[in-house]
Amino acid sequence: MTNLKGYKDIPIGGMITEAGNSEKYKTGDWRSLKPIWNEEGCVHCLMCWVFCPDTAIIVEDGKMKGINYDHCKGCGICARECPRKEKALYMVKEE
Amino acid sequence: MATLKELSRVPEVLAPGHRMCAGCGAPIVVRQVLRAAKAPVAVANATGCLEVSTTIYPYTSWKSPFIHVAFENASASLSGVEAAYQSLKRQGKITDEIKFVAFGGDGGTYDIGLQSLSGAMERGHDMVYVCYDNGAYMNTGIQRSSATPMGADTTTTPVGSVRPGKLGWRKNLTKIMMAHGIPYVAQISPSHWNDLYQKAEKAFAVKGPAFLNAIAPCPRGWRHDSAETVQMTKLAVDTCFWPLFEAVDGKVRVTYKPRQKKPVVEFLKTQGRFRHLFRPENEGLIEQIQAEVDREWEELLALERLSQEQAAE
Repeated sequence: MTNLKGYKDIPIGGMITEAGNSEKYKTGDWRSLKPIWNEEGCVHCLMCWVFCPDTAIIVEDGKMKGINYDHCKGCGICARECPRKEKALYMVKEE
Repeated sequence: MATLKELSRVPEVLAPGHRMCAGCGAPIVVRQVLRAAKAPVAVANATGCLEVSTTIYPYTSWKSPFIHVAFENASASLSGVEAAYQSLKRQGKITDEIKFVAFGGDGGTYDIGLQSLSGAMERGHDMVYVCYDNGAYMNTGIQRSSATPMGADTTTTPVGSVRPGKLGWRKNLTKIMMAHGIPYVAQISPSHWNDLYQKAEKAFAVKGPAFLNAIAPCPRGWRHDSAETVQMTKLAVDTCFWPLFEAVDGKVRVTYKPRQKKPVVEFLKTQGRFRHLFRPENEGLIEQIQAEVDREWEELLALERLSQEQAAE
């Protein structure tokens, strides 16, 4: 508890001054299942990206680039919604 | 029509690291709606899952200005913010275009926040209110709300020998909002992301209040696998349990008509909260639910026909 800040150290009213700083909070350790991306099978339709609740699909220049494992909670929606017959995303047990 | 490729270039307003459950429907709705804003947004939130999980001190997931006051007054808070903005704009102290959007769950919208929402819509504030309807007070432990569907098992309508889950039909909030005579009302589902995007675009573009009602499954409360969230919304739309439609200045248009309307059983059987409906003693209930879904769907189609007839005159 010693690392807690006193009232003089925090902004007035307990304001959070950095927008979107929850990015520093890693929710990746919630995972019991882990999505694996098979790049060759991917057609970059971005269905995984549009349905991801955790903004954990990395997209650059309109192309799927990988998974943000720091924040992915392993819900499995991306693998479920991947429209490829040979899924470009599949779930494995988290080690 | 926007492509996902184009949409992926829009900066995200909701940052990851929020503590919504895995597979939650609400952040999917938020991400999809905010992509259509095309201007900086100021966000208000009613108390609920979304509010508590995105703003756990000392973190926030919002990359936009954010205000939360209490459970019942997201619309009232945002009305004030919007009115202040309009005043500053008139005085020439602010020139930027800013959009105002409020999010509330069904508890904060159908029940507790209904008075402030009704007031804000009636006063005509230039804002968008988005309700993410997961059909119960999921944040506090799955208590029934007026959006809870008939027959659903919740902790305050428990299934037992006395009753088979919630007895009454849910409130039709979208219709209540249409009755306010506001410029834009629509019902949306994250599974139909393009339909959702187009409606959100219209809601943000319209001058005056707009209301969007989104279905947002809760894997905990609905008791389905977290991977099935989007499939749930798809089933809700295909069974006409959650029809997709819009009302522009009161003119109703059904934006998606399932080619083959699925029986509502398809939706019910996938969720643990409806499991007891399949016991022999509850046989009649599914028929009742189907009848009510059919009635609402037919009524909606009739409203659409009426709107078309009026337009043709």
